Amino acid sequence: MASHPTLEDVHHEHHIVGPKTYGTILFALLCLTALTTGIAFVNLGVFSPIAAIGIAVIKATLVILFFMHVKYSSRLVKLTVSAGLFTFLVLITMTLSDYISRAWGLW
Amino acid sequence: MDSQTVAVRHEEEIAHHEGEHPHYLRHHFETVEQQKEASSFGMWLFLLTEIMFFGGLFMAYLLYRNWYYDAFASASNTLGIGLGTTNTAVLILSSFTMAMGVYCAEKRNRRGLLLSLGCTIILGLVFLGIKSIEYHEKYVEHHIPGASFSIDDFVHPHDKRDIALDPSTAQHAQIFFFLYFAMTGMHALHMIIGVSILFALFYKAWHGAYTTGHTAIIDNFGLYWHFVDIVWIFLFPLLYLISRHPLH
Amino acid sequence: MSTIVRLPNQQDATLPKRSYLNQEYGLKSWLLTGDHKRIAILYLISITFFFFLGGAFAGLIRLELLTPMPDLVSSDTYNKLFTAHGIIMVFLFLVPSVPATIGNFVLPIMVGARDLAFPKVNLLSWYLYILAGGIILSALILGGVDTGWTFTTPLSTHYLNTHVITAAMGVFVAGFSSIFTGLNFIVTTHRMRAPGMTWFRLPLFVWSHYAASVLMVLGTPVLAITLVLVALERVFGIGVFDPTKGGDPLLFQHLFWFYSHPAVYIMILPGFGVISEVVSTFSRKRVFGYTAVAFSSIAIAVFGFFVWAHHMFIMGVSNYSALVFSLLTMLVAVPSAIKIFNWSATLYKGSITFETPMLYAFGFMGLFTIGGLTGVFLGSLGMDIHLTETYFIVAHFHFVMVGGMLMSYLAGVHFWWPKMTGRMYPESLSKLAAVTTFIGFILTFFPQFILGYLGMPRRYHAYPPEFQVLNVLSTAGASVLGIGYLLPMIYMTWSLKYGAIAGSNPWQATGLEWQIQSPPPTENFLEIPVVDYEAYDYEWLANKTQHEVTTVG
Repeated sequence: MASHPTLEDVHHEHHIVGPKTYGTILFALLCLTALTTGIAFVNLGVFSPIAAIGIAVIKATLVILFFMHVKYSSRLVKLTVSAGLFTFLVLITMTLSDYISRAWGLW
Repeated sequence: MDSQTVAVRHEEEIAHHEGEHPHYLRHHFETVEQQKEASSFGMWLFLLTEIMFFGGLFMAYLLYRNWYYDAFASASNTLGIGLGTTNTAVLILSSFTMAMGVYCAEKRNRRGLLLSLGCTIILGLVFLGIKSIEYHEKYVEHHIPGASFSIDDFVHPHDKRDIALDPSTAQHAQIFFFLYFAMTGMHALHMIIGVSILFALFYKAWHGAYTTGHTAIIDNFGLYWHFVDIVWIFLFPLLYLISRHPLH
Repeated sequence: MSTIVRLPNQQDATLPKRSYLNQEYGLKSWLLTGDHKRIAILYLISITFFFFLGGAFAGLIRLELLTPMPDLVSSDTYNKLFTAHGIIMVFLFLVPSVPATIGNFVLPIMVGARDLAFPKVNLLSWYLYILAGGIILSALILGGVDTGWTFTTPLSTHYLNTHVITAAMGVFVAGFSSIFTGLNFIVTTHRMRAPGMTWFRLPLFVWSHYAASVLMVLGTPVLAITLVLVALERVFGIGVFDPTKGGDPLLFQHLFWFYSHPAVYIMILPGFGVISEVVSTFSRKRVFGYTAVAFSSIAIAVFGFFVWAHHMFIMGVSNYSALVFSLLTMLVAVPSAIKIFNWSATLYKGSITFETPMLYAFGFMGLFTIGGLTGVFLGSLGMDIHLTETYFIVAHFHFVMVGGMLMSYLAGVHFWWPKMTGRMYPESLSKLAAVTTFIGFILTFFPQFILGYLGMPRRYHAYPPEFQVLNVLSTAGASVLGIGYLLPMIYMTWSLKYGAIAGSNPWQATGLEWQIQSPPPTENFLEIPVVDYEAYDYEWLANKTQHEVTTVG
């Protein structure tokens, strides 16, 4: 892995995302916002939090990929974002695993 | 691999010598590209620290929502869903205007950049304004955790559709509000810092700083702004939409 | 005794006319510098100050423990002593020791760059460190903190009225100093390597610092938010960590140890990097299994995030969770062991000489192995129930941190001292100091394993009289250890004026930093090198030195 980007990387980095893409994503995000608010009034039982978080994840993904240009970025940036998400998930899941398994009682 | 690298470097050196030594190229970088990539990567790493920083708060929230669901649901319902949704839309819109700002900077469009930065500032301030209205509401309703907290609204709810909680459960609503203020407060702090920086960027953009080809600072600030937006994208459903009344 | 040291002819040798030290004069040129080498020196001075402060607190602790009765200080004061010792040593010494001093100095040169990616952020790092030190000092001067360096709740949030918030904020600021250093190292390693310097040609020192930096960036923010929550709890008393109000004290511990376990790897990984360089140089042999050592650093960083609850086995976590964390703890020991095996294999059939850095490295390998193995004892649930919160734990972490990390820090300072100052320290005196440190260390901390096993609790200043003999041995050892640490202070300072001129490569080591003058010029390289040889290539070095004229200045 060289320290200087190859010419392909340079070309890659200069991909300018245009207003049309931004506008589409904006529209999608606003729709999803309306959806998540609306769906909160529907009794989905245990799927309510799943739906809420799921929609939030989709919105966040759109922001990351398009507003933050990750879709057009180098592998390194993609790896960096994944590393952050991974560590966050480790914190949440491994801590929760303690709390969830407490209810299982002693052996 | 090495000869390829050396060959590429040679080509870049030629481009380098053909007038590519601008004043903003720091002495420890070989090319502008390298500097831009390094600064962008640095900003991403900083955002990673922010993910983990907020992560601790999200962990606390997840735990106590699990333990005290009823208290959390009732407390969440006292937050104005109209204001919350509006704020979410405002922030998403500001992310759009910020992205447009990056586009204008790359297209060397000074007017466009100033318009975009200006709109982002205004939307940011609107968000903070709505936030302070919400905080004031909580103050008036005695929902701020601590000495002034009152469990009255939860033990004797005004709205007939709300479930009445017993006093000890109602006390746990304090934990919700503590996390509400901690999380939205930390988020608002990041917004305030962001808006302050935006003012500085606006001033510099006015003098033509980012429309001459050196867009790194606008790009990197954009990343920060989008990240703050993403935090809110998760805060909104977690805090406001736990269990709104089902429509019959 | 043979030596590989090759110095220029001392009759006519002088320091180079122009170096980073005399490029500019004046306090402002140091306090507003962007030069990574100057910042490293700034760190060296401040870290040394805090090391001796933390050491003074250790001295007071050992003094109290000479007698079974609590006769030197009151309980509250004793609590403040070990808290101060812990906070200063962990956050103001161990975490920044190798990265901020040695790493800052040599890492950019090792990758072939002129500076770190963000020189101003580097300087900011140092100012944050100073600010943190100031805040922590003021917490001590205002009356101290007695929570232990672990700030355990609900003691720290509800049951004490000492300066917890001040100390916590100091640690918060120190955390950001650490984060910015790590961030700088990561970007530099990815984006500023010289042409031809591929990842697998980097010295293993860089790999270790890269892994430690990833931990700094990902782990430290969790500590930051945890301390903020503690501060908010103290001010508003809502009950986030208070069981009487529905909170869970274990939530604090989960969040705290999520950082503090990776923190121990943040502390030790840079030390591993030093040992790789020293062992290779003083056995004239490339590090055995380069790839294994490089990837084991990454493995330690990744696995280090999965084991934190082994600090909480008796605190109330579920048995199932404890089981999983115990298993993962066993696994995380493997990459560290791989390194020890590889260093041993490097020594095998090497031309070993016993200069001071190598003495410290040998000390490291022995003492860290003992410390690491006792970590495995502690990782097994059954043993931990009896050994936790005893002096066994204290001995374990002092073996790895003092016997391990501090020894490798001293190895590194001695190894790169000629590069940083252009002068050699006095070899016989330094060997004496190294041996003194080793003996003092074992005398101080080995009895503590026995004490712990016999049941003496940690953080107590009174103990049953039958433990006195071992405690006296430990305190005696501490005095010897203190002498061992004071000696370098004296002779290193002496060497600045009277030490032999070192030349660019007194150890005949490989690595880019040894190809430039000592001390280096501000811009490191007159021309950025193009690298076409592997790391630890002693044949290349022999070839090169055959054809060059050794001049200095």
